[in-house]
Amino acid sequence: MTPELRRPLPRTWWLRKQSYLFFMIRELTSLAVLAYAILIITAIWTAAGDGSFTTFFDFLKSTTSVITHVGLLILALVHTFTWIALTPKVMVLWQDDEQVEPDVIAGANGVIFLLISGAVLWVVLG
Amino acid sequence: MKTLQHDVLIVGGGGAGLRAAIAVAQDHPNSTVGLISKVYPMRSHTVSAEGGAAAVISPTDSLDDHAYDTISGSDWLADQDAVEVLVEDATKEMLQLEHWGCPWSRETDGHISVRPFGGMKLERTWFAADKTGFHLLHTLFQTSLKYDKINRYDEWFVTSLIVENGRCQGVTAIEIRTGEMRSIGARSVILCTGGAGRVYPFTTNGNIKTGDGMALAYQAGVALKDMEFVQYHPTGLPGTGILITEAARGEGGILVNNEGRRYLQDYDLGQPLDLTDSNHPQKRTMELGPRDRLSQAFIHERTAGRTFEDVGGDYVLLDIRHLGEREIDRKIPMVRELAVRYVGIDPVHEPIPVRTVVHYMMGGIDTDIHGATSLPGLFAAGECACVSVNGANRLGSNSLTEILVFGARAAVAATGYADQVAPPSDQLLDMSAKSEQSRLEKTLLRPNGGGETVAGIRTDLQEALEEGAGIFRDESTLVELCSTIAVLKERYEKLALVDSSRTFNTELTSALELGAMIEVGEAIAHSALARTESRGSHQRTDHPDRDDDHFLKHSLAYRGENRPAIDYKDVTITRWPPGERVYGRG
Amino acid sequence: MAEAVFEVHRYLPEQEAEPRFQEYEITYQDNWVVLDALNYIKDEIDSTLSFRWSCRMGICGSCGMMVNGEPKLTCESFVKEYDTETIKIEPLAHFPVIRDVVINMDDFMEKLPTVSPWLIPEEELPIEDGEFLQTPAQVAHYNRFSMCINCMLCYSACPVYGLDSSFTGPAALALAERYNLDSRDSGMGARADVITAHEGIWECTYVGECTEVCPKGVDPAGAIQMLKLSYALDWAKSLVMPRGSRS
Repeated sequence: MTPELRRPLPRTWWLRKQSYLFFMIRELTSLAVLAYAILIITAIWTAAGDGSFTTFFDFLKSTTSVITHVGLLILALVHTFTWIALTPKVMVLWQDDEQVEPDVIAGANGVIFLLISGAVLWVVLG
Repeated sequence: MKTLQHDVLIVGGGGAGLRAAIAVAQDHPNSTVGLISKVYPMRSHTVSAEGGAAAVISPTDSLDDHAYDTISGSDWLADQDAVEVLVEDATKEMLQLEHWGCPWSRETDGHISVRPFGGMKLERTWFAADKTGFHLLHTLFQTSLKYDKINRYDEWFVTSLIVENGRCQGVTAIEIRTGEMRSIGARSVILCTGGAGRVYPFTTNGNIKTGDGMALAYQAGVALKDMEFVQYHPTGLPGTGILITEAARGEGGILVNNEGRRYLQDYDLGQPLDLTDSNHPQKRTMELGPRDRLSQAFIHERTAGRTFEDVGGDYVLLDIRHLGEREIDRKIPMVRELAVRYVGIDPVHEPIPVRTVVHYMMGGIDTDIHGATSLPGLFAAGECACVSVNGANRLGSNSLTEILVFGARAAVAATGYADQVAPPSDQLLDMSAKSEQSRLEKTLLRPNGGGETVAGIRTDLQEALEEGAGIFRDESTLVELCSTIAVLKERYEKLALVDSSRTFNTELTSALELGAMIEVGEAIAHSALARTESRGSHQRTDHPDRDDDHFLKHSLAYRGENRPAIDYKDVTITRWPPGERVYGRG
Repeated sequence: MAEAVFEVHRYLPEQEAEPRFQEYEITYQDNWVVLDALNYIKDEIDSTLSFRWSCRMGICGSCGMMVNGEPKLTCESFVKEYDTETIKIEPLAHFPVIRDVVINMDDFMEKLPTVSPWLIPEEELPIEDGEFLQTPAQVAHYNRFSMCINCMLCYSACPVYGLDSSFTGPAALALAERYNLDSRDSGMGARADVITAHEGIWECTYVGECTEVCPKGVDPAGAIQMLKLSYALDWAKSLVMPRGSRS
């Protein structure tokens, strides 16, 4: 039998198509969430500790920190909204033999997210 | 090298072949079974069937009604014992498919839905939207995966039947991937290779429908029966020939000519009802008449200048707008998809251009009601066979039923036969493969040919058949066709391939298919020439009447050195004496 | 009528060790699909070009190829819609190539039976008892996932499969879900091992390209995410409830 041609995927496969690139970015936003989790843990750790919390809190107020936080927020929101966009794939609801429109489900989840976020903000800020 | 051998070997992995394979595996666990197909089974042309499969299920329906519709639809050429078997086994086959998971469309209470279809007095066509063949084939294929003992040979091309000591003992086949010629021995062989629409230039049929199995049997001395009866479906898309299912008319679609007239009322098919009438569409009337009559009407309209002209072929309009978007998307969604994609028409808003197109072979390998041929050990089922249940014209939705009923029956007959005979010897298998390989090396695979190409001969064959043996034929067109085919046979002898490679050589497979097509074309031409009457889909303008005195018989074409010998055998009449074929009158 | 240049991937292992591209310049008709062009090339220019095709109406699944880098059914891709200088035709990605644009799909054919893609009813119903009742709503629940024509475009689009061919893959998993959701089926447990194996649903990272390229609207990505939820819930239930009460 003659040899078959194999065409392995290059490491840069995700640069070939816009949708692949967006996929990688989406996946990488979970690192932003991880980064923020580490920040929170550091804050709690230092708060529980020997007064280095003040140093940490000062750091938090610095320009670098604010910029980083804005960046993390944007990535976290991307993470959240791509996640919400995915929910219709698992939440399949039926009205008799017609499927509820996926956009309705994603939209509803988005609204719920905004309401809960709003409520949390209100508690935290007020 | 291990000898390949099975008790039952099935050639063709479509509805009939898969049904037969499952029947052997399930009901005859002691028999070994092989399934050989030149394509992966999911690609078999059963997949493209759309409208549905007929079986009696309504309380107001009866087996006798289904039988009568089929027999009158066949213009009394169907063997009535075979039809009785068809209608009797139909319902249990459909239910079996349902039990295997086929997603039949349903009524709101969960029972099977049935729709009206051409030539049927009552709704009895089971359907899965308008992808019935697709769902049927995939249900069968997926169910077949349950059985490890079905040995599949996917993409192996059968080149000949092994016949020795007066019986069929297997096949020679090329493993397409490697080009290697092997013998596969068998105690019995069932041909389920489908029809041969590709011998005509404009057909609903896919590339693979080239009559391979018909030619194999023909070359082994088995008669091809009723080959002159070629069905033109009335509604194919211009340009491509893609099928627009009869179900569109079953759901109430109407056909109009370029004057906006429902022209079928001028062809003794009854009177049109208003579209809002609850009795529309009326059974066995107008657009629900039999396919041969509808196709003939189209030709008359064209001759009278009442069709639309187009570079893809003249057409009339199929109007389903009055069904509404919801019904269309629910019952015939693929009609909409195909029209939008291939002719740029959304049938919710505009009528669909349609025209006659070659669709089905009523004729085929001569078998009895068990699927047995005159060659011991050789059986056939499905479109490649002619039992005959379809006679001179097939009713829509009987074909999917036929492949299941007779696929299962042929399996029973084949295993019964296999139990009684010895397997082929290794020497026979070895010798057959070698001699078949050497035959190919002296013909198609030889280095220098006579300047012919596969496409060149094929196009000439197709054009000749359309010209000579179309919807209307006469002696002169058929005589010319017969002599053209004789010339094509000689040209084929001169054909040698450009592609000499062994790995997946599709020039070779299409050349082998062309060989089969020429054999089939020859059988069609000579059978049509010999039948000097008009019946069903065989319309002789020089002999326009049905002649039961001379021709209530099946034609049998036996391959000859230069031309086939045509013989006849009586049609089996049981309870329905030949009568007038009446549509549109009550 | 217009002109087009096709750049077609050729691989002739008996003659050449390496693949190459061959250019064919043709005149095409307005309604031609890429498949028509390939057939024209084979019939009139180069009979050594090998490719699979049959129904030419998008239902048999034979004619999948990469057209300008995208997995497409060539019988549904219209030549006039491509305005690049050449139209590039390659074999479907992520499969070994036997010849020209013909791929080896043994891997899929071997995987398919492993998900038990057949009806596994709770109890066999005798034929004499008629059909399983199933309402139109119940049919709708799984109908979409039953539309797969096994064309393999989804495997070509899936980077997971491209990187690791042991991944069961979109079509096979979607078919498993088709049966899991069929009201007549009770095979969710029987299919669990294969579906929840490492190479099953958990290797999917929801790239979602399979659904994007599917010509029949099957949404295999959706099927896989639904399988993840079903089997995760099933697993959670098994922690709380005894085995016998699960499906």
